[in-house]
Amino acid sequence: MVDSTLITLKNIGFGYRAGQMIMDGLNFELKQGDRIAILGQNGAGKTTLFHIILGLLKPTKGTIAIFGKRCRREGDFKEIRKRIGLVFQDPEDQLFCPTVLEDVAFGPLNMGAKPEEAIDRAKDVLDQLGISHLSDRAPFRLSGGEKRVVSLATVFAMEPEVLLLDEPSTGLDQLTTERLVEIIRSYPLRGLVIISHDQEIIARMATKRLLLRDKKLVQISA
Amino acid sequence: MIRTPLTAANSLIQLTDTRIKLLSAAGFSTMVACTKTLEVAVVALATSLCMVILAGLPARQLFSRLITANLFILAIWCITPFTTPGHVVISTWIFKASKEGLVQALFITLRCNAILFVNLALLSTSNPFSLAYALLALRVPLKLVHLFFFSWRYLHVLNKEYERAQIMLKTRGFDPGTNLHTYKTYAYLVGILLIKGYDRANRVHKAMLCRGFNGTFRPFHRLHLGSKDSILGIIMFLLITMLAAMEWIPDLHR
Repeated sequence: MVDSTLITLKNIGFGYRAGQMIMDGLNFELKQGDRIAILGQNGAGKTTLFHIILGLLKPTKGTIAIFGKRCRREGDFKEIRKRIGLVFQDPEDQLFCPTVLEDVAFGPLNMGAKPEEAIDRAKDVLDQLGISHLSDRAPFRLSGGEKRVVSLATVFAMEPEVLLLDEPSTGLDQLTTERLVEIIRSYPLRGLVIISHDQEIIARMATKRLLLRDKKLVQISA
Repeated sequence: MIRTPLTAANSLIQLTDTRIKLLSAAGFSTMVACTKTLEVAVVALATSLCMVILAGLPARQLFSRLITANLFILAIWCITPFTTPGHVVISTWIFKASKEGLVQALFITLRCNAILFVNLALLSTSNPFSLAYALLALRVPLKLVHLFFFSWRYLHVLNKEYERAQIMLKTRGFDPGTNLHTYKTYAYLVGILLIKGYDRANRVHKAMLCRGFNGTFRPFHRLHLGSKDSILGIIMFLLITMLAAMEWIPDLHR
């Protein structure tokens, strides 16, 4: 039988400074088909939680299992990062190539695709998201909304099974937000975790809400 | 992160006026750099070591800095003795080390460390703000002071950008290796850093103009010299004069 649990965090403890834990005894589970929203005040550790899931930060205690496999070392997480896509809070942090096309092809290249395959894959994704006309533009000269969609494209190009979205609607207008929601909803994902303060986005994209408070995650009713 | 841990040391040297410290360090370093006498270098090293001890710098950070600098000097020891012509004292295979070369390497080591010690004792114990103000007070050209101050200020930002880039590369499955893809990626990163840096500099400049910046910094504290500043100044003046005398009055060190 295939394990239906995608991500399991057990009894996680983490702090940036000694003696100041921002997570303690935190538990989290993402099952097949789950769409979870994570809420919490600024500085509660929501982004940190994403970084812990991907092994970018090491918890001081607790265990992490992803796709039914315990993850301990950097090597375990390297494989995980190819299957779980993270869309950063600030697209500026994610885009760095001279052209949009190259930026989108960067992930597939890292996954071992040949250059022409990676470019084909990137073109497909840009086409799917309706931004083919941006492919030769420089990412850092795009508008805020365009940057956001391109950063989503860079992640989709790696064909993630699970998507982690960090405040996807920050700084976007109603229309662009609408398009983003539609794109993500129509993409076949096994699971989705979204950090957001936008009640409307949460209502439309998530089926479950968790609140990060007092170093733990607690479920809240809609 | 970039820190200035040595400024936390609490000693007479740390509390002395930064202008005096700057002038002393500059004078002492120039003297040591000019000397051609081994005895002067030895005395300079000994006195600068005393200053480091008096400054009460934390040992661990001190050693890590010394080791970094002395790694470069190690390279000199690997080359100079074998390339300087003279009386051969060690001979292995095709490599022949001359006495003159060994003395030269020792000489460089002594002088480098003396200059390093004096700057660690005097300058690393001032924070970059007071260094910038002291440079202004000493009539160093404004452009150079700005360059120094903003370089220090934006090292943090560069470092932050570097950390972000590391995380971004990891989330996108990047695995550095010896191949064109890796080199290209790093080249792109450096490129984007320059472009972003230029954009940010423009934004910061505009923000500064909005707050009435007209090209000069107004000192926060009024600098004034006290008696303890004069003491350190006089001691350093005498020390440099003594070294100069040893160097240039021929019979003094014989």
